[in-house]
Amino acid sequence: MASKATLNSEQAIKSETSSKNSGPPHISLSKEDSEDVGDDLLREDWKPELPPRRSTLELMNVSQKSPTSSLRIGITTTRPKLQSTATTALSLADADGQLHSDELQRNSATSLRSSPSHKSLRSHTPIYRSRSGTISEIDDTTSILSYHHLPGGSDAESILGDLLTTDQRSPQWLFSHGDRHVKQDEMPFDNNEPTADFNREFDEIPDLVEDGSNEAELLQQWESKRKHFLILSAAGKPIFNRHGSDNLISGYIGITQTIFSFFESSNDQLKSFSAGKSRFVALTRGPLYLVAISKLGESDSQLRVQLDSLYMQILSTLTLPTLENLFSKRPSTDLRRPLQGTESLLAALADSFTRGSPSTLLSALECLKLRKRDREAINNAMLQVKCKDLLYGLIVAGGRLVSVIRPRSHSLHPGDLQLIFNMLFEAGSVKASEGESWIPMCLPGFNKNGYLYMYVRFLDILKEKESEEVHKSTDTTEDRIAILLISANREGFYELQKMATEVIRYLEKIDKLSTIKSAIIQGRPTTTDIVPGTVLQHFLYKSRGNLQYVMPSYEPSFITLLGRRRLLSVYHALHAGVHAKTGHLKVYHCISREHVALAWITPMFELYCIADGSVERNALAQAANKVIEYIRSQEERVFIIGGVVSHGPSTLTLDE
Amino acid sequence: MAARVQTGNRPNAKFAQFKLVLLGESAVGKSSLVLRFVKDQFDDYRESTIGAAFLTQTITLDEQTTVKFEIWDTAGQERYKSLAPMYYRNANCAVVVYDITQASSLDKAKSWVKELQRQANENIIIALAGNKADLVTDHPDKRAVPTAEAEAYAKEAGLLFFETSAKTAENVKDLFTAIARKLPLEQAGPRGLRANPRAGVDLRPEPQAQGGGCNC
Ligand SMILES: Nc1nc2c(ncn2[C@@H]2O[C@H](COP(=O)(O)OP(=O)(O)O)[C@@H](O)[C@H]2O)c(=O)[nH]1
Ligand SMILES: [Mg+2]
Repeated sequence: MASKATLNSEQAIKSETSSKNSGPPHISLSKEDSEDVGDDLLREDWKPELPPRRSTLELMNVSQKSPTSSLRIGITTTRPKLQSTATTALSLADADGQLHSDELQRNSATSLRSSPSHKSLRSHTPIYRSRSGTISEIDDTTSILSYHHLPGGSDAESILGDLLTTDQRSPQWLFSHGDRHVKQDEMPFDNNEPTADFNREFDEIPDLVEDGSNEAELLQQWESKRKHFLILSAAGKPIFNRHGSDNLISGYIGITQTIFSFFESSNDQLKSFSAGKSRFVALTRGPLYLVAISKLGESDSQLRVQLDSLYMQILSTLTLPTLENLFSKRPSTDLRRPLQGTESLLAALADSFTRGSPSTLLSALECLKLRKRDREAINNAMLQVKCKDLLYGLIVAGGRLVSVIRPRSHSLHPGDLQLIFNMLFEAGSVKASEGESWIPMCLPGFNKNGYLYMYVRFLDILKEKESEEVHKSTDTTEDRIAILLISANREGFYELQKMATEVIRYLEKIDKLSTIKSAIIQGRPTTTDIVPGTVLQHFLYKSRGNLQYVMPSYEPSFITLLGRRRLLSVYHALHAGVHAKTGHLKVYHCISREHVALAWITPMFELYCIADGSVERNALAQAANKVIEYIRSQEERVFIIGGVVSHGPSTLTLDE
Repeated sequence: MAARVQTGNRPNAKFAQFKLVLLGESAVGKSSLVLRFVKDQFDDYRESTIGAAFLTQTITLDEQTTVKFEIWDTAGQERYKSLAPMYYRNANCAVVVYDITQASSLDKAKSWVKELQRQANENIIIALAGNKADLVTDHPDKRAVPTAEAEAYAKEAGLLFFETSAKTAENVKDLFTAIARKLPLEQAGPRGLRANPRAGVDLRPEPQAQGGGCNC
């Protein structure tokens, strides 16, 4: 079998490398045969591979040097929306995650190559990652797609490339012999895997008694927490501390400050270090020191993203000029006072990181799945009644985006939206208010220097009984619809209130509130709803162009706090592993006692998926392809593509 | 400005709508008073208000008269101070709240009263509410503001005065009813002002944030 025809990238790709460098990303494949090859995905019969199809591949600059690559990307030009340079509703402040056209142009599009191996997953000895975190290359004998399940047939590509033949837009992949893109790893968090004690993670630490006699006991409780966040001023004043009182941990605060200033004075910016099972990651932002201490196995950069998000929450309360002013006037400023009332927002944010937040991990947002027609009708309702001062208009249901309208010149940053969602759905304050809210808020991704004003109205459209059902069947306690209207006009409340009333009336008239309602009640589908019979227990799919993600319900495998945390720990490990790699086509595979998991990144998407440890790699691979197929077929339902562009206010001045 | 009085099916029925603003230091119980008034509920673990909340509640004064309050529950933190004028501008009435177990909260209340008397609608009805009265029933030593002292101040400043408890509902309804009774129906009807928020008496410049910053 080893001598079987091999389709390598040189053969398969007619690449027009240099000539296309400056043009827009444009990769096309001629589509031949097979409208109905979908079933092939599940077909287990082996088909030897064929030489290149008649496919004409016009590919961008193919940077793939290795003929051994085994992923294929095909993008048709007929559906340009998928190309990630298309206008999106969301944008990422951090250019890292932003997909640039030049990146697309550099995309390697490589073809299928098979190097059949008779070995199945279980027969391999994976190369484990050492605790130091180095990644070892998969060994040459490893093959994730194991062929011995695939008895002879005539067209290997219809198994391995079926997505390609079904719809050429979609990448598909396999692992093959010697594939240098595949990294395999032991779950790096085994030592840190959260255990039952995680259920007490959010229990409050009581106050010190006056004579201090319970100090040792409380400190022990403090140390048993898996995750800490500390924020101090450069002068050493505590600003935020998730667990325990300042008094209790004053020793730690002192040490932290000393370490910071020591490194700073020696011009050596402290970034991170380990102590026992804990990882310390530090971030300096202007006059603030932020520290995360984690025993959950996240990577430094993941923890830094979390710290940065806490910093953004502080900016969103104060704005950057105010923050800087306070400290330049008085370095000993106690920031707790100006932040008063927002501790709960910081704590809610910190806790969502500790519980595990797909949204933070992926820097992306989730949408409520709706028919395209329904979403358009809802968008249209907002546009019809849009008021003059409106900057952004959003409808959010159960913490998921339903509709977004925005001015042409401004996109929305996922980080900003996350702060808003945290405020509305995680923290209790706005939620508990029985009326409408008018909230001055700086959206740092939009503009760090001034305030916007957000009108919020919650609609309780679910009856109590329905509500209970939703809570039972989904993993959220949030089932209300929120209408958010954002303006730069601090006097804009009544105008936006009127607009909100009209939006609601309009949606009722066209009967779309009930559509949203049934989507909420339906909740997220389980993996087996999505792909009947799939081996996957869960997955995260991020559309890099849209900065949005899709995931199934945490049901049935990850419904508990601990189960969910373990799942998210796997995702963090996958995410860290796959992002440690360079190049554009990345696959990362890891196994632990309980799970096999896979990360797969292309310029268009990131897919993370997980299955039970007994699942073989080929099955995992096929299941992953099935997810891609599902997303592709549902793309216009599960993502908001572009958002609706409205004519925003012509000039914008922000209050400082 | 004519009263916004609607004559319904009954010949002499009157309906009036008033704008009310709650002010006071944070954590004295403003939101709790509103929640008690609007929903007749109380929440022991209430999170601080973010920004401001807008609610409505209608009360019936007598068979003839229904009064609808449009309530602004403000957050009370220093950083929102410069927004306060937007909430009390055109307000027909205000409830200034302090916590009877915190002496400093009365000082804060007094400064709000002063600001209202200088900057708000000339005819604004102001009520002073000493909240958390329930805390001193069992522990009289917890009281930090003697009733007589607050009452004397209220009288001098021309304010309605109540000691309230959002927790037990003591005096909450009475507070709002007393305000409604004092509001001259002829002056009701802020609806007209809504369309043009800067209309009416309030053309004075907005006050600057006072006290020289908040990091004291
Ligand atoms: N015992 C008692 N507690 C109260 C009362 N009113 C409010 N609280 C508590 O005081 C805290 C602050 O109340 P809140 O309404 O948020 O104050 P606000 O910041 O002025 O809106 C909350 O924990 C309330 O439960 C009251 O009448 N009695
Ligand atoms: Mg409040």
